[in-house]
Amino acid sequence: MKTYLPPKFFVDRDPNRCIQCRVCVNQCTFDAHRYDAEDDEVRSHEENCVGCHRCVLFCPTHALTIRRNPLDYRENYNWRPEVIEDIIKQAETGGVLLTGMGNDKGYRIYWDHLVLNASQVTNPSIDPLREPMELTTYLGRKPDRVEVEQGSPSLKTELAPQVKIEVPVMFAAMSYGAVSINVHESLARAAAEAGTLWNTGEGGLHPKLYKYGDNTIVQVASGRFGVHPEYLDVARVIEIKIGQGAKPGIGGHLPGEKVSAEVSMTRMIPKGTDALSPAPQHDIYSIEDLAQLVYALKEATNYTKPVAVKIAAVHNSAAIASGMVRAGADIIVLDGLRGATGAAPKIIRDNVGIPIEMALASVDTRLRQEGIRSQASVVISGGIRNSGDVAKAIALGADAVYIGTAALVALGCTLCQQCHTGKCAWGICTTDLALTKRVNPDIGTRRLANLLRGWSLELKDILGGMGINALESLRGNRLHLRGVGLTDTELEILGVEMAGN
Amino acid sequence: MKDLGRMNNPYSDDKVLDACSLFGVMDTTGRRFSGKEVVRAIANMHVRGNGLGGGFAIYGLYPQYADHYAFHIMYLSQEGKSEVEAFLKRRFRLLHAEEVPTRPIPAIVYPPLVWRYFLEVDSQECDGQSQDDYVVDRVMEINTGVKDAFVFSSGKNMAVFKGVGYPEEIAEYFCLEQYEGYLWTAHGRFPTNTPGWWGGAHPFNILDWTVVHNGEISSYGINRRYLEQFGYHCTMQTDTEVVAYAIDLLMRKHGLPIEIVAKILAPPFWSDIERRPPSEQALLLALRQVYGSLLLNGPFTVIIAHHGEMIGFTDRIRLRPLTVGVKGPVLYLSSEESAIRLVCPDLERAWIPMGGEPIVGSLHRPLVPREMAIAGGTASDAD
Repeated sequence: MKTYLPPKFFVDRDPNRCIQCRVCVNQCTFDAHRYDAEDDEVRSHEENCVGCHRCVLFCPTHALTIRRNPLDYRENYNWRPEVIEDIIKQAETGGVLLTGMGNDKGYRIYWDHLVLNASQVTNPSIDPLREPMELTTYLGRKPDRVEVEQGSPSLKTELAPQVKIEVPVMFAAMSYGAVSINVHESLARAAAEAGTLWNTGEGGLHPKLYKYGDNTIVQVASGRFGVHPEYLDVARVIEIKIGQGAKPGIGGHLPGEKVSAEVSMTRMIPKGTDALSPAPQHDIYSIEDLAQLVYALKEATNYTKPVAVKIAAVHNSAAIASGMVRAGADIIVLDGLRGATGAAPKIIRDNVGIPIEMALASVDTRLRQEGIRSQASVVISGGIRNSGDVAKAIALGADAVYIGTAALVALGCTLCQQCHTGKCAWGICTTDLALTKRVNPDIGTRRLANLLRGWSLELKDILGGMGINALESLRGNRLHLRGVGLTDTELEILGVEMAGN
Repeated sequence: MKDLGRMNNPYSDDKVLDACSLFGVMDTTGRRFSGKEVVRAIANMHVRGNGLGGGFAIYGLYPQYADHYAFHIMYLSQEGKSEVEAFLKRRFRLLHAEEVPTRPIPAIVYPPLVWRYFLEVDSQECDGQSQDDYVVDRVMEINTGVKDAFVFSSGKNMAVFKGVGYPEEIAEYFCLEQYEGYLWTAHGRFPTNTPGWWGGAHPFNILDWTVVHNGEISSYGINRRYLEQFGYHCTMQTDTEVVAYAIDLLMRKHGLPIEIVAKILAPPFWSDIERRPPSEQALLLALRQVYGSLLLNGPFTVIIAHHGEMIGFTDRIRLRPLTVGVKGPVLYLSSEESAIRLVCPDLERAWIPMGGEPIVGSLHRPLVPREMAIAGGTASDAD
């Protein structure tokens, strides 16, 4: 069948610059470049180009420019090129359209409609270069009050396990199998260096990374891949994954081609078999079932580590979160509309879930109304792009955030959204051994740790500007936020005043 | 008299930004003394205020009614007064009521009518509540429910006098030279974002707790939201209110001693905590983990008082001033040392405490004359 899909991108190759070195041919995993030996010339299969820019970065003579195909169909706001092409793809394949990364649609990004405060005259801003500035955060269940022994003041209350992070930014769940072992190693080492946590995702933890256990959140998800006593024992935090922002209500599918020998060992499934994660956890059909799993995991680890529960942000997140806290979750994780994935049905990714800002605001408000906010930490993820977003999330009420996409971008990702193909040219979202070498764990660690360091410095500047020297004074402090261009209802849900008020 | 702007916060701002002068003096033997020197001291810091608020708290004030709640109430109208008085008669046993004596002076314009009432709680009315909780609820009821009336003092054997004007003018207006107490705190105010209003002057009071405060609490938003979880609703729209409620929660309801409370409101840095011995470290760590939302951030000095105790401390990096002076059993706290020296030229000792370090004067642990073992902690922990 002849395809009716036009190329997405044009590859412009400057013949005066091209030296036929074939770097682009070797770098491109989508076969957009080919070498014609007869003519000694590099040519393009433009229909294969996904716009990942790997070749552009590696071309030694800067001979390459990737341009978007203008695709000047007759203008139609409803029938945009993407809509037309999705129909063409389905007409040609008859399948569910898959995609990678997070929702790329134009839903309002509330971070961009929130602005932060700063001190002027009546109180001094604090210079983080000269004064202490504290970002340390402890995740875990807190009691409502502390009791002390009378006389010589010493602690009487016994606290549930608390996990310290030096910067309120952690690496989000990305499973081994979806991403490569080198990515996992980079995340683990960067987390250890920055004093924060990374998350295994649901593909288990490779034994060579056990030594980073103190900085590791291990996930227990619907497929239960790679869950065994040692896995739980080495971890700092255990996370039960109920849902994911990119595909609320949908399970996962790691195709057999990605299940290499190492992946097979780590996931505890036969080599080459598809790893199917069911949509629900089949032992959790209700809130009391969740409580059972939470306490089963706490029992299994002798109450030494917090148990987190992760859900996708959906319409009634606030009520669900309240139930999760009462079911024993020590950390609530909310993954928003823009949360990313290694593979999801495009129609789900683009249409299901709610913006994380709204979910966070309503969950924090609800837990406070019920007087149970201190019983669980709240962590959010899904589209956090920079330290400004982090500060706004903390001010809305989050204890910490997860970053997934931002971390991958630090490793080279350019959001070409081909994660589901397993052909990631940047060697991130693939288990192809030749490709995974493209992420060097030493360099990957450096890049990720640098990112966290940069964000920490910026967060300290933001705090200092507000005249605050500890992150807990910003946490849930919505008076330090103002809304710009938001409706009354939006402001009410966010619990934020309009700028100027 | 009907000037709402003088008693209500006209812009309904969430918090009031101000810079102020503070002064506190306590005779830790409990000897009562006149407020003349207190007024001289606070007047010496005249330029720290701008005439838009001054006030005093006096403890040991009404020994003749020592066991009765003394309500001081501002009225803007006779209707407000009749309504409140009917309410008080309904909900309390009223022992005595009188207008607070004042003398007209040119600086005080459009003052509200101020009356005081000595009340007893009928234990049957309380319905299981403690008397203190009952009183707090009634104060909230009047302050939020009755137009033109405002209870600004509700403790036993103590009272607050405050209004719009420089503190020395307020003192003259309320004839404070006639009163004696063993503990005085005083406040001169420089609000930057509201014209002064009578209710917004310091000290802020509930039961016998008073707070005078210099500064701005940048963590106000979360402090308030945290306290709301425990049923406190900030109605006064000043950040000083959260200090009072935080103290009430931590000391009265959670039963923590003041030294611990200071470690919650102005905690040591994480890096300092790590250097402490293990048992202290565990305590300080737990306090910050659990009460992080009550950390008072931003520049401030507070002097908090209740019967038998006066506590002063600054924010943890001391962005607002506090000086301590000791002479015999008398403890002075002040924004400026000059004010202490003015009224007590032969101080035994004066020093500036570390950021967040609480200075406590207590009747239980009176200062001994020539006390030299004060260093390194509270002014009174040498017994």
